[in-house]
Amino acid sequence: MSAVLLIFFVLAGLAIIGAVNLVWQKHPIHSALSLIVVMVCLAGLYLLMGAEFVAAVQIIVYGGAIMVLFIFVIMLLNAGEEERTDFSKIAKFVGLPLALALTASIAAAVVKPAAGLANATQVAIPKATEQISTMLFKEFVYPFELTSFLILVAIMGALVLAQREKK
Amino acid sequence: MIESLVHALIALVQNFWFITTVKVILLLFIVLTVNAYLTWFERKLVAHIQARWGPHRVGPHGLLQPAADGLKFLFKEDPTPAGVDRFVYYLAPLLALALSLTSLAVIPFSPKPLELFGQKIYLWISNPDIGLLILFSITALSVYGIALAGWASNSKYSLLGGLRSSAQMISYELALTMSVVGVLLMANTFSLQSIIEQQDNAKHVGFLGWNIIGWTRNGFLFPQIIGFICFFTAAIAETNRAPFDLPEAESELVAGFHTEYASFKFAMFFIAEYTAMITVSCLATILFFGGWLSLFPATPFWQFTHYIPSITLIPFGLWVIYDGLKYETIWGKLVLPVIGFVMFAIGAVLLAGIWVAPLHAVNEFIQPVFWFTAKVFVFLFFYVWARGTLPRLRYDQLMNVGWKLLLPVSIANVIVTAFVILKWGQS
Repeated sequence: MSAVLLIFFVLAGLAIIGAVNLVWQKHPIHSALSLIVVMVCLAGLYLLMGAEFVAAVQIIVYGGAIMVLFIFVIMLLNAGEEERTDFSKIAKFVGLPLALALTASIAAAVVKPAAGLANATQVAIPKATEQISTMLFKEFVYPFELTSFLILVAIMGALVLAQREKK
Repeated sequence: MIESLVHALIALVQNFWFITTVKVILLLFIVLTVNAYLTWFERKLVAHIQARWGPHRVGPHGLLQPAADGLKFLFKEDPTPAGVDRFVYYLAPLLALALSLTSLAVIPFSPKPLELFGQKIYLWISNPDIGLLILFSITALSVYGIALAGWASNSKYSLLGGLRSSAQMISYELALTMSVVGVLLMANTFSLQSIIEQQDNAKHVGFLGWNIIGWTRNGFLFPQIIGFICFFTAAIAETNRAPFDLPEAESELVAGFHTEYASFKFAMFFIAEYTAMITVSCLATILFFGGWLSLFPATPFWQFTHYIPSITLIPFGLWVIYDGLKYETIWGKLVLPVIGFVMFAIGAVLLAGIWVAPLHAVNEFIQPVFWFTAKVFVFLFFYVWARGTLPRLRYDQLMNVGWKLLLPVSIANVIVTAFVILKWGQS
């Protein structure tokens, strides 16, 4: 097994364990920590594919900023252990088969990719950072700016809602 | 027999994993030693700022104090408080230490490789194209060590410290990242090595070419002074040092996030903090002060400045002998005079490199390392100086400085730099 493949399996395994653990753990902080593990492993996988910039951004934005905010809120609210209740009786019987079906369909898609997808696996990316910035700021500059505007609106909406509750 | 040994040695030197492991161990050893003596340096300097003597009992000038402290950390009782979240409680110091030590792996210390059996060994562990981004991603993660320590300790002071630190880190990370963008615009790369080399583009100007002054090839000035001030202020806040050390403000929170940590777990936080200081100093050196570049232009006329490291060793060695002779113990009778003499001798021998070619090569080799370390030392001095002189900010002041001063100013710096580069061309 080549080193790259070995690293891939280690990272992928860690990511899956982290994701399962995220659902499994009862305490919100432990779940948040598992989510950080997943994020960092995903960043490692991006790095393996040569997408250095995306990997770094994944850690800085998701692993760093967003998860810090999650943990900040959990700490601030002093959230305790979650209580498990049986909300739905269907989930007990249908949940596992549905999950299996979903996994099977994804696996099928991976094993036998559609015509266009097969070519998209191995592409050498020289100067990935430069390409991403040209794409973002030249070709897709309007959607990009609109998205940032949308996020700004969302933040202001959250602020307005929070302020109204105060009164 | 000897031949096969030599062959084995050559094979070892050519083995990437072996060399990297040796480099990692060496770097760890150096950094941990520097850390230990940084505590001594800080205590001594702060003491002198406050008109005290500082540590002076253990060894001459208290120089063995770090060793005594280290031993104490190892042998102290290590109680785990009741009601802590065990896993996170043990994870937090480990995380803090591991992340801060990892960040040193991408810092290039010198461009000149050490040649051993025809194999070039560079003075860095790894030199990726996105070195700066990797450093920032590690910084982004390093908040968890502190925040989780505060949460897991099951103590209100710790929790407050952890909360403060996560809020502070989020706020200052923006300014930290934005303040560097000016330099990135000039360098056009994320590679730390290329950023340094770019500052040497305008030949024959020496320190004027550093990004802090920014003399470029076509004779324009792109000074990044504002970027540097924003960067260093934000960096002090990121490393939780005075005057931004609110997460551990001892007048309010006992010891903040590490109140409940004792023994070596406390030492791990301590080492993490000091290593972060070293990393930030290295980064400030690389981004704004030309990294390993000499203060003087690289022209034949300034060739003599290459002997500055050797020349400074000679009077320093003499001073150590003079100082050592004042002690009546074994220090004065043997240790210090011998150390002083060795320093003097090394300096004198290296100075002979003016006439002897191989010694000249040694001088050339230590040149970049000397300048890099000297600059890093200046920033470490700044850190301690700030701690000794500035009072701690109040919490609302801290937030105001971060959001209302540093962030807008660093964004303005980015915009101005971008327009200037657009108008007068790439450096």
